[in-house]
Amino acid sequence: MKLYKLIVIFILLNLNNSFANSIDLNHKITKNLRCLVCQGQSVYDSDSDFANSLKILVVNKINEGLSEKQIYSFLKNKYGEWILYDPELNKNTYLLWLLPVLLFLVGGAIIIRKFNKIKK
Amino acid sequence: MKSKFFLFISLLIFLIIFFIFYKGLQKSNIYKPSVELNNKIPEYSSSLLDLDREINYSDIFKSENYYLLNIWSSWCVPCRAEHDLLMDLSKNKKITLIGLNYKDNINNAKEFLNELGNPFKLILVDVDGIQAIEWGAIGVPESFLIYKNEVLKKYIGPLDKNLLNQIKLLIE
Repeated sequence: MKLYKLIVIFILLNLNNSFANSIDLNHKITKNLRCLVCQGQSVYDSDSDFANSLKILVVNKINEGLSEKQIYSFLKNKYGEWILYDPELNKNTYLLWLLPVLLFLVGGAIIIRKFNKIKK
Repeated sequence: MKSKFFLFISLLIFLIIFFIFYKGLQKSNIYKPSVELNNKIPEYSSSLLDLDREINYSDIFKSENYYLLNIWSSWCVPCRAEHDLLMDLSKNKKITLIGLNYKDNINNAKEFLNELGNPFKLILVDVDGIQAIEWGAIGVPESFLIYKNEVLKKYIGPLDKNLLNQIKLLIE
């Protein structure tokens, strides 16, 4: 009897866990999608018709077994890259991606030079 | 020497920023990145408004004819405005109008058509907005000109006289 109860509890916990996982993934994806009809809101934050439909669609796609990347590429096919908050590295965005690295290197170089001067 | 160098650098930075901002002034502030979209019609099936069965998209747009898919709703005010134009277009033999009823109450949708006329050959029902997303639409009204299973043109917002003439020219 005890073993039986333990098994039931174990199964319930597991179910709960997998449910929570799919909700987490759902939130992660919708937070990464731009609501195209809103100003500066993610799909997760918005309550517009468009965002609500997208939320349902994302849940459906997760249940169909699509991965996060597959869902992104599905939506990119429909709406273009603009719907993703995470821009890819291409000729339009290389400045965006490389500028922080460049600034970091220049800043680091300045600091190192200063230190060297102080040492001397 | 050093102060000259700093003067030069700050002047250079100022000029660069000035140039970028000056360029930015002339641009429109509505950001709409160009996108290369998949023009094929989506693979999906839908229920119909007045018939009790499901239909595949590929079965709807199969004949060698022009199609206009119009996303509409009875609660959408601009749809009401463009409806006369759709009625006008439906008289044209070269194009078939397909309606996609977006997030609507079925009874209200039927009432809307009874009141203003039905330009559509088929009306698909999209209860939760999923199909509109499959089409890559962001709201109502929106229209897609389709030929040989491909979307030729996408019209966001209500159609007007100019756009209607453009469609008529395209299908001639």
